[in-house]
Amino acid sequence: MKPRVAIFDFGCCEGCQLQIVNLEEDILGLLGLVDVVTWREAMSEQSDEFDIAIVEGSITREDEVPRLQWIRDHAKILIALGACAHIGGINCIKNRFDLEEVRRYVYGAHAEAFDTAPTRPVGAVVKVDAAVPGCPINRQEFVEIVKALLLGKKPSLPTYAVCVECKRKNNVCLFDKGMVCLGPVTRAGCGAICPSFGNSCEGCRGVVPDPNLNSHGEVLAQYGLSVEDILRFFNLYGGCQDEVGCFRSALEARGGK
Amino acid sequence: MKDGTIEVHYLTRVEGHGNIHVEIEGGRLQSYRWEIPEAPRFFEAMVRGQSYMDVAHITSRICGICSIGHTLCALQAVENALGVRPSEQTLLLRKLLLHGETVQSHILHAGYLAAPDFLGAPSVVPLVGTHREVVLTVIRLHRLANEWSDLIGGRTTHPINAVVSGWTSLPTEEQLADLRRRLEAAMPEAWALVDVFKTFSIPDFTRDTEYIALRHPEEYAFYEGDIVSTDGGAVAPADYRQRIVEFIVPYSTAKRARSDHRSGYAVGALARFNNNYDLLTPGAKKAAETLGLRPICCNPFMNTVAQVVEVVHALEDGRQLIDRLLERGLRVEDRAVPVRAGTGVGAVEVPRGLLIHEYTLDEAGKVTAANLIIPTGQNHQNIEDDMGMLVPQIIERPQEEVRLMLEMLVRAYDPCISCSTHLLQVTMR
Repeated sequence: MKPRVAIFDFGCCEGCQLQIVNLEEDILGLLGLVDVVTWREAMSEQSDEFDIAIVEGSITREDEVPRLQWIRDHAKILIALGACAHIGGINCIKNRFDLEEVRRYVYGAHAEAFDTAPTRPVGAVVKVDAAVPGCPINRQEFVEIVKALLLGKKPSLPTYAVCVECKRKNNVCLFDKGMVCLGPVTRAGCGAICPSFGNSCEGCRGVVPDPNLNSHGEVLAQYGLSVEDILRFFNLYGGCQDEVGCFRSALEARGGK
Repeated sequence: MKDGTIEVHYLTRVEGHGNIHVEIEGGRLQSYRWEIPEAPRFFEAMVRGQSYMDVAHITSRICGICSIGHTLCALQAVENALGVRPSEQTLLLRKLLLHGETVQSHILHAGYLAAPDFLGAPSVVPLVGTHREVVLTVIRLHRLANEWSDLIGGRTTHPINAVVSGWTSLPTEEQLADLRRRLEAAMPEAWALVDVFKTFSIPDFTRDTEYIALRHPEEYAFYEGDIVSTDGGAVAPADYRQRIVEFIVPYSTAKRARSDHRSGYAVGALARFNNNYDLLTPGAKKAAETLGLRPICCNPFMNTVAQVVEVVHALEDGRQLIDRLLERGLRVEDRAVPVRAGTGVGAVEVPRGLLIHEYTLDEAGKVTAANLIIPTGQNHQNIEDDMGMLVPQIIERPQEEVRLMLEMLVRAYDPCISCSTHLLQVTMR
């Protein structure tokens, strides 16, 4: 029997599911290897029986926790899809505010009817077997990760930084153009797509393992940038990562202003 | 059906979570609700304190399907707050990018999500076996639209290089010429889609409805224009509050909107078509004629048909935009802007209808206040009003049929619930 796949989503824009649709003809190949049994965005059929759960989005309400736990209990393998599920993503910005005030700002006198909780990535609530990073995900990387899992292997993500991919592409360094970039400390695998289109890496794939804080501090000092300049991007998608607090203190200690 | 509740908890084949709830007793409609239980995400609150440079990248993440539209609307609002007008080249490229998204999204909805209803399938997957050519046409058009968006915006979803007052990278003239050839080559595919839709039997249901859209004097408005209505009148985007009133219902995390003088109103492809038919390209007018779509059409199920017409329009108008860009020649432009305090409104027609972003910036260019009006949020009240009229007309039919019709009704609006927060559950009791 082919492995049964179910796709679920929590607080997110559903743009990562869309990247699966965007595989176009390639999705037909993938459909030959698995049975998609639940995918609310694309099909009417639904099933409680599945082997692989693909979960997009972050947890932003307490009532989502039992639903996620139910998914975990039913799945042999759980994949966190995209930055929101992997590291919390854009929803983490909310955590920097007083949540009562946030509710009142958007819903006014009706605020009480709209529950919310601090944003958490999927892995902060249940065990995650594999993550597909990025906002949005890279379609080819998704296919590679699913293939590895189907072969019974543990998928591996690059452990080097976006900077490496960017240099391989011979892009002009954005720091030299007077811009700020998280390429030196962000996990590679996107092909340095943002710097290749002339814009900053905003760190959506999460911090690379063992980031080199010393050299990053030196880069900041060399280009006259402040810790706030860097945190501006860290806090866009990566605000829930423990590393952000460590970065602040480390950078301040090493030449950042 | 005489008695019963239709509960569709999480409508499928829509973007986001929504529930339909309908109660029928003694053959009479007792209650009906369109509920949005999607987790609210508080973007209006989250952008406060952020730099004017980052607002578009943040609000792009409201919706994976309309990320290009959100990006452009945010940029427009920020530019209006700063008092800058982008160059002609920037505007032409933005319009071209927006067309890419319109085709992406319309093909996704008409082809992948709505067509299975008309072909009697629960999803597009079984159609691969039964209607392979139709599916391949849809896939090819979708792929083209994605590669179109990749080329101009760097990525199909969450564009990279569109920034305040310009671009961080430009396509080459050769790439644009190649895209033009591909848009031309895709016309037979678009007509194949028109021919498929011509065979669908669209439910016959009309309800007197107000349709609101942007209108521009020279073009079928997507990127800019005044807010107009089939009830008459026009206001500048900055004065949107004169026409649109936001309100909240407790069973929906999505804010709703009503018109200044009616209950609900509709936005989207049919609203644009009804207000701007005269400005469609000749091919799009011919497609409308082939599909039996004439303004003013008050059948909500025809929204999907209007999307197919707009696909033809975008492919034809896209070629004209490229011609104008190639005539001018592409050049790297200065995009420095003066940072100042101010308030600005952006208004863009995204695939599902009129989108409005409003931001107030302080002297340092940081956001201090934000208001976002989302197309699906504007349609929620109208969907519910349609349900109230549709159910009594079909109440004699079996429960399963009533449920399917209600699902198709909501799906026809192509609701994007992540945007408005998320949508669909039909409860019949």
